[in-house]
Amino acid sequence: MTQMQTKQLTQMKQADEIKHIQGRKARNRLFRNIFLASTLVGVIALIVLLADIFVKGIGWLDLDFLTGNSSRIPEKNGIWPALVGTLWLMMITAPLTFIIGVATAIYLEEYARDNWFSRFVRMNISNLAGVPSIVYGLLGLTVFVRIFYFGNSILSGALTLTLLVLPILIVAAQEAIRAVPATQRQASYALGANKWQTVVKVVLPSALPGILTGAILSLSRAVGETAPIIAIGAVAFTRAIPDGLRDSFTALPVQIYSWAGMSNRDFEHVASAGIIVLLVVLLSMNAVAIFLRNKYQKR
Amino acid sequence: MKVTVKEHGLDLKKPKKLLSSDRIMPLVLALFAGISILTTIGIVIILLTESAGFFREVPLLDFITGTKWTPLFGGSQQSFGVLPLIAGTLMITVIASLVALPIGLFSGIYLSEYAPAKVRSVLKPVLEILAGIPTIVYGFFALTFVTPLLQQIIPNMSIFNALSAGIVVGIMIIPMISSMSEDAMSAVPRSIRDAAYALGATRLEVALKVVVPAALSGIVASFVLGLSRAIGETMIVAMASGGLANLTWNPLESMQTLTAYIVMVTNGDTSHGSVEYYTIYAVGLVLFIMTMIMNLLAGYIKKRFREEYR
Repeated sequence: MTQMQTKQLTQMKQADEIKHIQGRKARNRLFRNIFLASTLVGVIALIVLLADIFVKGIGWLDLDFLTGNSSRIPEKNGIWPALVGTLWLMMITAPLTFIIGVATAIYLEEYARDNWFSRFVRMNISNLAGVPSIVYGLLGLTVFVRIFYFGNSILSGALTLTLLVLPILIVAAQEAIRAVPATQRQASYALGANKWQTVVKVVLPSALPGILTGAILSLSRAVGETAPIIAIGAVAFTRAIPDGLRDSFTALPVQIYSWAGMSNRDFEHVASAGIIVLLVVLLSMNAVAIFLRNKYQKR
Repeated sequence: MKVTVKEHGLDLKKPKKLLSSDRIMPLVLALFAGISILTTIGIVIILLTESAGFFREVPLLDFITGTKWTPLFGGSQQSFGVLPLIAGTLMITVIASLVALPIGLFSGIYLSEYAPAKVRSVLKPVLEILAGIPTIVYGFFALTFVTPLLQQIIPNMSIFNALSAGIVVGIMIIPMISSMSEDAMSAVPRSIRDAAYALGATRLEVALKVVVPAALSGIVASFVLGLSRAIGETMIVAMASGGLANLTWNPLESMQTLTAYIVMVTNGDTSHGSVEYYTIYAVGLVLFIMTMIMNLLAGYIKKRFREEYR
C-alpha cells in the first residue's frame, strides 16, 4: 500500500464519520420538531376548543341570559338558577373542604407518628384521588340522599362534592406545610410555645398561600364536576331559585348538559353561552388563586 | 411559678395539664383525618351491599359473561350481560391511549429535555389550563366539533360514536401524562446527562437512551394512571358516545361505557328498588374494581422499578 492510498483511505473514513455525525444531528433535529409538534397539539386543541365555543356562544350571551330562567324556547333561556345553585354548592363545599382538608394535612404532617393509622390514611388519600367521580355520585346518592334523607338537595350535592375534592386539597396543604422550614418551628419552640401554638401561629400562616391555592384549585374542580351532581339528582330544568339547604337545585354544568342534549340545534348556542359563563367563573377563581399567591409571597 | 429543686438541679418541666391543647388537638385532627377512611369504607360497603340486591336476582356468571345489556327493556327482552359496557369502556380507553400516550410522552420529553426556559414558562401554564377545563366542556366539544369534523372524512359515521369520544378523552389526559412523565424525567440527575453529552451524544440520544430508560418507572406509572382516568371518564362519553350498549369492534358506532350507563340511569326516572335500579351499583362495582387495580398497579410500578440515584 502506498502512502497515497492510506491517506485516501483515512480521508474516506473521515468523510464517513462526518456523514454519520451529520445523520445523528439531523435525526436530533427531526425528533425535536416531532416533540415540539406533540406539545403544540395540546395548545392547538385548547385554542380550537375555546374559539369554537366562543364563536358559537358569544352572540347569545347578554344580560337577559345571565338573569333569565331556563326555558323550552332557545332564545328565552337564562342561566340564573344554575348560577345561584352553583353558588350555594360552593358556599357549603368551600368551608367544609377547607376545614377537613387542612385538619387532615396538619395531622399527617405535624402530629402523626408512623403507625398503621397514619399509613392507612395516606394510602387512602392517594387511592381516593383515583376513584372516578361518578362513583362518588353513587356514594352521595345512597348515603346522603337516601340513608340521611337529605333528598336531591343542595346539601347532598355539596357534601358529595366535598368528599370528591378533599384529596386534592389535602395533598396541596400537605406540600405547603412540608415546605415550612424546620428552623421556624424550632424558633417557636425555643420561645416556649407548645406544638399546637406553633402550628396555629407559625406553621399555618407560613403555609397559607400554598393552602389557599390548593383550596381554590379543588373548588374549581368542584364547580366543573357534572357526573356526581347528576347522580345525586340535580334537576335539569328548574325555574325555582333555591333558598335553603334542603331545596332541589340545578348547577352550571348540569344545566349545560341538559342544553347540550336538546334536539333543537339552536340549543347548541345556548349551551355554548353557558360554557362561556362557566369558564369565566373558573378563570376568575384561578385569577384569585394567583393573586393570593403573589400577595402573600411578597411578605 | 413553682420551681422544684431536686438534688441534681432545676427541673424546669411544667407539670402537665390534664386538658392541654397538645393532648386534645391530635385527637380532633385524627378524627378529621378519619373522614377519608370513612369515605373509602362507605364506597366499598354501598357498592357491595347494594349490588348484592342485584346479584340476588341476576347470577354473577350471567352478569360477567353475558353479551347483551338491555336492563331497561321489559319482559323477555331484558338482559343483564355487562360485557358490552366493558367493551365500550375498553374501546374508549384504547382510542384515548393511542392519542394520549405518544403525544403526552413526546411533549413530556420536549418540556424536560428540549424546551428553552422561556418556551417552557409559556407551555406549562397552557397545559395546566387544558387540564383544568371541566369534562362537560370537552364532551360538548366532542359532540359539536369533533364529530361533525370526522363526519366530513368518514361520511357513514353515526352522530354518537366511540371514535370522537375516545379522541377527546385522549386530549383530556394529555396534560396529565405530559406533566407526570416530565416530572419523572426532570428527577433524573443532571450528572448522568452530562456524562452522556461528554461522550458526544446528541440531545435525542441523551433523551431516548439515558433519560427515558432512567425515568421509565415514572413514565409507565403516568401511562397507567392516564388509562385509569380514561376508564373513569364520564361526561365526554355520556355526551358523545351515545346511550346504546353495543358489543362491536367498530369505533364508528355508538358504544356505551360503564360510567355513561350510570349517568343515564340516575338522570332518568328508574324507580328505586327495582332490579334495573340496582344495576348501577353492580356496574359501579365493576368500574371501581377496574380503576382500583390500575391505580394500585401504578403505585406498584413506581415503587418497585424506581431507579435510585444518590
